[in-house]
Amino acid sequence: MPMPQEEVLDKVRETLVDALGVDEEEVTPEATLTGDLGAESIDFLDIVFRLEKAFSIKIPPGDLFPDNILNNPQFVENGKLTQAGLATLKQSMPHVDFSEFQADPDVNRMPELFKVQTIVNYVQNKVNG
Amino acid sequence: MRWIWIDRFVEFKPGVSATAVKNVSLAEEHLHDHWEDFPMMPASLIIEGMAQTAGMLVGQARDFQEKVILAKISKAELPEPVLPGDQLRYHAEITTITDQAASTHGTVFKNDREIGTIDLMFSHIDQNLQGMKFPEENFVFTGQFLRLLAGFDLKPPPAGAASSGPDRPGQAPEAPAK
Repeated sequence: MPMPQEEVLDKVRETLVDALGVDEEEVTPEATLTGDLGAESIDFLDIVFRLEKAFSIKIPPGDLFPDNILNNPQFVENGKLTQAGLATLKQSMPHVDFSEFQADPDVNRMPELFKVQTIVNYVQNKVNG
Repeated sequence: MRWIWIDRFVEFKPGVSATAVKNVSLAEEHLHDHWEDFPMMPASLIIEGMAQTAGMLVGQARDFQEKVILAKISKAELPEPVLPGDQLRYHAEITTITDQAASTHGTVFKNDREIGTIDLMFSHIDQNLQGMKFPEENFVFTGQFLRLLAGFDLKPPPAGAASSGPDRPGQAPEAPAK
């Protein structure tokens, strides 16, 4: 039986409260991990480790959060993602909503892509197939 | 002074768990200022002791080929003071280990009584995503740390078996019972 979105959100919220030391009320679907919840780079790995345990899933490197896009000169030009970079990112991350980002794909805005809802989408795809 | 905040390992299960002890002595200079009227072991150095215990465990799991750096104190609860004459015992378990990082769960005992929890994350810094370069030699696991494991059988044990401490005349392999 598929896991309902509400149940996924509850477990994701619990994971983020433990990983980031934030209050439960702060973990809303629209909260960004870095801007609103204060996540730093090591926290992203911590979140991945905790999600794997909480949902009994395996998250390959770069699957939930990108890990090599910015190092590729074909994908970044003048501080913005190129069309090729954006296309690669979109293809590899169907759980991310790019609708606002793609108008101005500034790499400094990339952290805004990762919201609580992004994780919920990813986990839902993973546990429900 | 050597920056080693554990005295010896008493158990080492490669890739699984490790236990080290630290005897707190009034002869240690840092206790004279922390505090003059009430010397107590600083919580930060208790965390360092756990980080050294867990860090060795994580390092050994990759045959000391990685540079293992403390990256995050996920949780540290130490609700009571540790005083000169007390013995600390750090028990660390690997909860997750990947090419990039590891997380550990740690339990702190004072004179064989559980008093706290310290959960940590370590980074394998050569695998960092920013592609930063570090010196080639492993500056983390120097000889003085590796000597702490002398006498332990570090081959991965059969499931459920522990690697016991080295034979040292006049010393018990486990922390003395109180």
